[in-house]
Amino acid sequence: MRRDFILAGVILGLALLIGWRAPVFLTLATLDDIATDTAILAMMALAQMLVILTRGIDLSVAAMLAFCGMAAALVGQALPELPVGLLLILGPAVGLGLGAINGAFVAWLNVPPIVVTLASMSLYRGATFLLSGGLWVSSHDMPAAFREFPTERLFGLTHLVWLALLAVLLAYGVLRYSRFGRSIYTYGGNPSAARYVGIASKRVLFSVYAISGAVAGLCGALWVGRYGIAFTDAAQGFELQIIAACVIGGVSIAGGIGTVLGCLLGVIFLGIIGNALPIMAISPFWQMLIFGAVILAAVTINRQKGRAAKIILRPKTAEGG
Amino acid sequence: MTNFNLTPLPPYSFTWGLRLMRRWEVLLAVLLLLVMVGNSFLSPYFLDPYNLADATANFTEKAMIALPMALLIIVREIDISVASIMALASLLIGLAAEAGVGVPGLVAIGLLTGLAAGLLNGTLIAGLGLPSIVVTIGTLSLFRGITAVVLGDRAITAYPEAFTDLATMKVIPFVSLEFALFLALAAVFALVLHGTVIGRRLYAIGLNPTAARFSGLNVRRTKLVLFTLTGLLAGLAAVFLTARIGSTRPNIASGWELEIITMVILGGVSIAGGAGTIGGVVLAVFLLGMAGFGMGLVNVPGIVMSTLIGLLLLIAVAVPQLLARFRRGGEG
Repeated sequence: MRRDFILAGVILGLALLIGWRAPVFLTLATLDDIATDTAILAMMALAQMLVILTRGIDLSVAAMLAFCGMAAALVGQALPELPVGLLLILGPAVGLGLGAINGAFVAWLNVPPIVVTLASMSLYRGATFLLSGGLWVSSHDMPAAFREFPTERLFGLTHLVWLALLAVLLAYGVLRYSRFGRSIYTYGGNPSAARYVGIASKRVLFSVYAISGAVAGLCGALWVGRYGIAFTDAAQGFELQIIAACVIGGVSIAGGIGTVLGCLLGVIFLGIIGNALPIMAISPFWQMLIFGAVILAAVTINRQKGRAAKIILRPKTAEGG
Repeated sequence: MTNFNLTPLPPYSFTWGLRLMRRWEVLLAVLLLLVMVGNSFLSPYFLDPYNLADATANFTEKAMIALPMALLIIVREIDISVASIMALASLLIGLAAEAGVGVPGLVAIGLLTGLAAGLLNGTLIAGLGLPSIVVTIGTLSLFRGITAVVLGDRAITAYPEAFTDLATMKVIPFVSLEFALFLALAAVFALVLHGTVIGRRLYAIGLNPTAARFSGLNVRRTKLVLFTLTGLLAGLAAVFLTARIGSTRPNIASGWELEIITMVILGGVSIAGGAGTIGGVVLAVFLLGMAGFGMGLVNVPGIVMSTLIGLLLLIAVAVPQLLARFRRGGEG
């Protein structure tokens, strides 16, 4: 909990610092932009956190996003009369299938997650190319409603932000109060112990990858609609940003440790940096460098915390913090 | 690396795994043979010595890094930052070339940059005990970021001819300096891993790091050395890649880390540590290199190649598991 306060403090300090240099940053309009821009990252990072909590990693999320976005865009292009709701359901439905393939390999074939998702990352990216024939689907080929949905407003906030908030609530509720969520922490904390207490480990593992796929699929449809373009290389390298958000937020790559709040703070931190650079007229080339330095700093700082948590051991892990 | 199953292996699986690996290499060799035969049907020029020499150029730099990467994966670590180390090394080589440094100086700068970058990874991972996957994702971003910031949207192309000649230099007819160096390195790595106590120590660490430490092995120092070695060879690869393409751009060698890790895993090195051979890795290097070259001959787009490589990797890791399950089922 203490490190969440520190991170929140750093975020606030950073925001004030940027606001002092460029006052436009602290206006509601900019904050609205940042929220809308980071909504997809937030949903993806929460799903990734579920996977990392089980000692796994899902490197294929950006490729799944591209594939599902392309699938939704192509269907939208072919059947323009289709209601937008169906297109938005198509994304996660396809993603669920892709994620289930990952999950089956990890859970039932015992293949290490990093190998499975490394392979499926190139597989799904290539499948996107084959699906589209290497062509782009641009905004005027998509139904208008599909393009407008992500940034349409409901009670002042964009749909993207509402969906991200919903994802946060859902993740919080599931991880804290559901048997499935507690199983994730237990499995990540100690897989052998999880087996002894009768947790259906394989089903838990399979589920987190399937969920990761479904969320990536939903984000794919939203991404394509929002940016008005579907192409093979969409969101290339996004997986690293997603994992970085988790790590910065204190999610331990060793599994079993991480909270929704921490993950969200990691997302906000990256979102602020990403949005502040153009406002402060700093070349976007700096973004990668800064992200790298931040990841290294975060993982070094988390180390001490991790050790402390290990000493008090069980109760800490059980709280998930 | 902590994201794999740490439950103890059943006693038979290690020796059985070794026997399978031996069969695995046979399988790789057969596949390689099929690819070679297939390629020579696809193009009558494939078996032309000039053509074959040309084919090696496309994978030798990746292959050089696959060797130390195999050792890292054997001791349960991984380095995702290798391609970014190459970019950083290439950047410094380029800046030095613009400043008029001679060829030996350029090579030294490339190697030293790689060494320093690897040392940084190693210090963070072995020294501070941080997870390698997170640290090297961080340095991947950091090294590539430095390259992008310094270069902006320009490219360095002012390389002296004596330097770019390094890529085409032949030690004997048809065998480039680069390729000969890779073969020599592979021989040294195979000798050290399979014929010396150092190799046995690496397997011991990979099979059980805790037991290895209690047996008096300096696990941390070993990992530090391996990360530094990986950086050094990434620096060497950067020297040859820069010489071969004669330019440094921010996206140089982008995405290579995945191809390199694929080579190692397809070569039969277990990501759970403690198993794998250099012979397998070298076979996988040739298999992927030749398959890629063959697909290039019939104009298969690069992305389809990487799709097939992804598929191949999934099959490669699933088949032994399915066989093991089948076998266990058979034993009841």
